[in-house]
Amino acid sequence: MKKTCTLLACGLLILAVFITGCSKDEGKEAEPEVIKIGVFEPMTGANAAGGAMEIEGVELANKLYPEVLGKKVELVIVDNKSDKVEAANAATRLVDKDKVTAIIGSWGSSFSMAAGPIVQNSQVPTVGASCTNPLVTKGNEYYFRVCFIDPFQGTVMANYAYNELGARKTAIVQEISNDYSVGLAKFYTDAFKALTGDEKAILGVANYNTGDQDFTAQLTNLKQLNPDVIFAPGNYTESALLVKQARELGITIPILGGDTWEAPEFLDIGKAAVEGSVFSTFFTTEVPITQESEKFLEEYRKAYGKEPASVTALGYDAYLVILDAIKRAGSFDRVAIRDAIAETSDFPGAAGIISLDENGDAVKSAVIKQVKDGGFVYLTTVEPIK
Amino acid sequence: MSIQIFFQHLANAISLGSLYALIAIGYTMVYGILRLINFAHGDIFMIGAYFTFYLVTMFLMPWGVAFIVAAGLTCMFGIAVERVAYRPLRDYPRISVMISAIGASFFIENLAIVIFGGRPKAFPVPDIFGKVIHLGTVSIVSVTFIIPIITLIFLFILLFIINKTKTGMAMRAVSTDYEAARLMAIDVNKIISITFGIGSFLAAVGGIMWGLKYPQLLPLMGLMPGLKCFIAAVVGGIGNIKGAVLGGFILGLSEIMIIAFLPSLTGYRDAFAFILLIIILLVRPSGLLGQSQMEKV
Repeated sequence: MKKTCTLLACGLLILAVFITGCSKDEGKEAEPEVIKIGVFEPMTGANAAGGAMEIEGVELANKLYPEVLGKKVELVIVDNKSDKVEAANAATRLVDKDKVTAIIGSWGSSFSMAAGPIVQNSQVPTVGASCTNPLVTKGNEYYFRVCFIDPFQGTVMANYAYNELGARKTAIVQEISNDYSVGLAKFYTDAFKALTGDEKAILGVANYNTGDQDFTAQLTNLKQLNPDVIFAPGNYTESALLVKQARELGITIPILGGDTWEAPEFLDIGKAAVEGSVFSTFFTTEVPITQESEKFLEEYRKAYGKEPASVTALGYDAYLVILDAIKRAGSFDRVAIRDAIAETSDFPGAAGIISLDENGDAVKSAVIKQVKDGGFVYLTTVEPIK
Repeated sequence: MSIQIFFQHLANAISLGSLYALIAIGYTMVYGILRLINFAHGDIFMIGAYFTFYLVTMFLMPWGVAFIVAAGLTCMFGIAVERVAYRPLRDYPRISVMISAIGASFFIENLAIVIFGGRPKAFPVPDIFGKVIHLGTVSIVSVTFIIPIITLIFLFILLFIINKTKTGMAMRAVSTDYEAARLMAIDVNKIISITFGIGSFLAAVGGIMWGLKYPQLLPLMGLMPGLKCFIAAVVGGIGNIKGAVLGGFILGLSEIMIIAFLPSLTGYRDAFAFILLIIILLVRPSGLLGQSQMEKV
């Protein structure tokens, strides 16, 4: 009896494969009614908050601009689980299974870099929203981004430390397994050494791993070096705990970070300890730059009832840049779209005017913000070096 | 390195080590009695922390009550896991139960991602646990004093239960030979449920203490502490409760001291913990305190 059942089940399975296989072939001939734009972002894991904020921006843009060249745009959102391997899997899925026309993502340069070779080999134009490591787009003609890159961000923070805080000695804490953190720390180091003219301006570098929760040993080591300022680029998850533990250890000097700190979780977890922390980011709601910014702010506040984060505006912009390129290309051919994206110049996005340089990076101003009274407060805007 | 800095490192090490010890106790106790490595222990630890979070933020319980209720709920959760994932496999080879434990671990993690969401949550820390105490140049958070005390209290309670009570005697009997224990009219299922209950209770206490020290909750937060405490348990001699405490302290101390004295090796911190595991397994497979069969409970 059992054997017959198994045989029957096997037979049914084989039949099912045939049926679905056939229907797939038939579907291929029909022209698709919608065009698909893939979005791969961390929706779970350590960077989930970052991914969620970018997706909000992309979804808002999709709601406001749902059509291009008479076709409906459908978003295919996949989770890269805050993991490099999963990021590559997610990109492969978008390319092979969903056959998307273009891709948006990802929060976290490491994840974008993991997807880089996949989008390049399959020739799918991809626009990153907030991945700032230069290597994301370098040597990859299919990867673009609507944000500035880390050499600029590192210089901005080094200038801030040197000019505004009067710092002459820095200690650095970096997330050793994170390309974004290591890259930004390096660009800061170069810029700070150039500013001070002192090869020994960086007193010490402490490392930690993704997911670490105890930084007391590293911070105790740095404390005895007596730096003027600590630069600690890294994800908000680890950074919030890191700043908290630094304060608990009696470290009172300013602690600086990068754009990834701008997440509500940074404030929730760090609470009073993160007060006064300063970081650079892309956009501020206090100073809307373009007409699109006004529209974005108004619609976002209406839809979500809160203030948007910088990366939300960038997610919004990434979508607009792709749509604009499709319009200019006048077709859904991926290579044509790629060429159109590469030509993007003076495009008014929500987070500023977007002009892509020869690497596919946006040249834009940076904003410096500080944590004050449990919120992010705008300090100043730094223009790009032309 | 100045003596003050050394004491600061030592304080950091004791606080980390006692956390490891606290979680490792539950781990090793379940192994000692069932000869089962409960891979879901780290996830039960995570569940305990999340329960506390929701009891405080959603049900607005005062933290003292929330801690006890959360530990109680986690205790029941642990018993339920045993019922569903381990009990049906009681008469199968050990390897089946171990694989089932790995499955249970993944299941709980992914369930937590779906239910609690992937974004980190801030664990509510009452002021008295977050106070910074300055002893000369050494700064210590008050929870750092509390964790070792809690660890020692639970160590003694557990040793008392196992060595002095009737239930404890039954547990030891099940540990030695559960077929024989069954013949002696010991309700083996009940004893194993109690064991899991106590183990999960300890995991919850560990989770709460972890949350007080590192106030950030993530569905995968139990993964690394779970593995580290497994190492601590093996180093001390798996199955031996005093050994787990010793192993926890050794692991915490060596993790901090390797960064303190060899800052360039910081990136290898986790690797070091696993190297320690491999060395112990090669040199002294039964662990530091694990040689005597009689000690095992």
